[in-house]
Amino acid sequence: MRTHDTPARRHFLGALSLVAMPSWAQFRVEVSGVGQVQMPIAIAGFKGDDQSPQRIAAIVRDDLERSGQFRSVDASSANGLDESSRPDFSSFRQKAADSLLTGSATRLADGRYDVRFRLWDVVKGQDLGGQGYAIGASELRLAAHRIADFVYEKLTGDKGVFSTRLAYVTKSGQRHTLWVADSDGENAQSALSSQEPIISPSWSPNGSQLAYVSFESRKPVIYVHTIANGQRRLLANFRGSNSAPCWAPDGSTLAVTLSRDGASQIYALDAKGGEPRRLTQSGSIDTEPEYSPDGKLIYFVSDRGGSPQIYRMGYTGGNPERVTFSGTYNISPSISPDGRFLAFISRVNGAFKLHVMELSTGVVNAITDTSADESPSFAPNGRLLVYATQVQGRDALMTTTLDGKIKAKLGQQGGDIREPDWGPFLQ
Amino acid sequence: MIHISRGTNMVSISHIKKLALASMVAAALGGCASSVPLDTPAVEDRAASGSTAATGSAGLAGADANTTNNRNVQSVDLSKSSQDKLGPAGERIVYFDYDSFLVKADYQGLLETQARYLKADKARKAVIEGHTDDRGGREYNLALGQKRAEAVRRSLGLLGVVDAQVEAVSFGKEKPAALGSDEASMARNRRAEVTYR
Repeated sequence: MRTHDTPARRHFLGALSLVAMPSWAQFRVEVSGVGQVQMPIAIAGFKGDDQSPQRIAAIVRDDLERSGQFRSVDASSANGLDESSRPDFSSFRQKAADSLLTGSATRLADGRYDVRFRLWDVVKGQDLGGQGYAIGASELRLAAHRIADFVYEKLTGDKGVFSTRLAYVTKSGQRHTLWVADSDGENAQSALSSQEPIISPSWSPNGSQLAYVSFESRKPVIYVHTIANGQRRLLANFRGSNSAPCWAPDGSTLAVTLSRDGASQIYALDAKGGEPRRLTQSGSIDTEPEYSPDGKLIYFVSDRGGSPQIYRMGYTGGNPERVTFSGTYNISPSISPDGRFLAFISRVNGAFKLHVMELSTGVVNAITDTSADESPSFAPNGRLLVYATQVQGRDALMTTTLDGKIKAKLGQQGGDIREPDWGPFLQ
Repeated sequence: MIHISRGTNMVSISHIKKLALASMVAAALGGCASSVPLDTPAVEDRAASGSTAATGSAGLAGADANTTNNRNVQSVDLSKSSQDKLGPAGERIVYFDYDSFLVKADYQGLLETQARYLKADKARKAVIEGHTDDRGGREYNLALGQKRAEAVRRSLGLLGVVDAQVEAVSFGKEKPAALGSDEASMARNRRAEVTYR
């Protein structure tokens, strides 16, 4: 799965995909459609990479390609060139690369690694800066993601999300596991393992905790779980079902769905616990609350109009306004960090498909070719979405650009994989 | 973050500066393997009980939010959940039509048997578990299953069962009775089960 496309191979696969569905098993990043502008970058193999437990250059390259903003150019002529050597720019100008990344990974006497890199502007022949990290072997992937973040920010002006984390759930036999992984789905670490289902993980705004729904007591209840030490705290265990936790952006409050008064309704609950405040009064199903990034609105799903649709209301409740109008089944709202886009799942001819709406115009686009899409979640820079779906009959986590043109399959977890939630930037 | 300025020859950084840089970078990376021991035993958290209590302030000590920079993930493994108690003999599962929450007249006998059992001893507690087929979102299905469980709970109430004896909960599509995606399997999954705890 770690195969890398040379430009020649990319062209070949690109041509092939016009006549046949590409095989997910053979490469990770699918480019579809035309017209997207991608910056050509040459990423040389890091000096010493072949003796390091992680191939740093390959991780950086995969990150940048997955972002949809970069196209990698053959850099083999600079392989092993470290951060302190000045490259021969003319050969990269001939390959139409705009920039070049070189670096090294050196094992230190104490077992740690010294990782350094430098980014070059090939066109101007200029040094765009570099960094160095002295780190343990277990942090080499993180260092690679930090390098990708540096490159991404330097060349696009946007913050990179490669060093952020994902939460997701797998089911293998009767075992349900909540994982915390790198943004590429790799390096997954188990946060919770249970014989009963776990659903709806939701990152706290500071990235230290996950709220989620666990069925371990034979009913859905909401826990808040501190990732670093495994401490768990029951947040909501009221009569009936407790589900769909979502943090307010300031971390003080969670919006949740409770059925304590009969119907599934939305409540606000202090993050420390206590008495919930009821926000909807419909008697219909109201669920899947999602705060707007400024915390002033709550988007949610309601069947008050006869079919599930997405609505929004003030964060203290009040008269909701309907947001989705086409189709008879629109669920699982997620709002982009800049508040401009709504991602959601819509049922179209029996298929469940990821859609993105530009909120200012109401224009909606379906951005996948799959039919079992679930649980969209925006990256903290708003440039990518992660979602769960099925590809060739197997569960998969995917990332996609908002226009749907660049998609990547994440990780290699076995078993059912579902319920991704993209964590925040870490300070 | 340490930014090595243009043109600086990194190899010439003095040893002391290098050590300082190393520790600063390690801190910036936030992944110090040594900051939380990995060999501490996993937290064992028994299945919670007492379904009516608001336990927001109880349980394990309040989590400290000052752990943003720590990338350690402490794994927790849960023990198996509690077993059911016995109820009255006979059928306990109410099946529903697609997209329906109507308890069909066929189930009147089942409901009367459960109601008699509950009314005979007010200490008895039933939990109605609602389920759906696997089409659609997990949270929306949870709400649909809740509606089915609630419909059965209300039917028992009409037969004179005290409200406090019956709790309606939902598993949504998480616990299918049949795994196929054919209509017969999906029909078996659209159900509410009467359980005793």
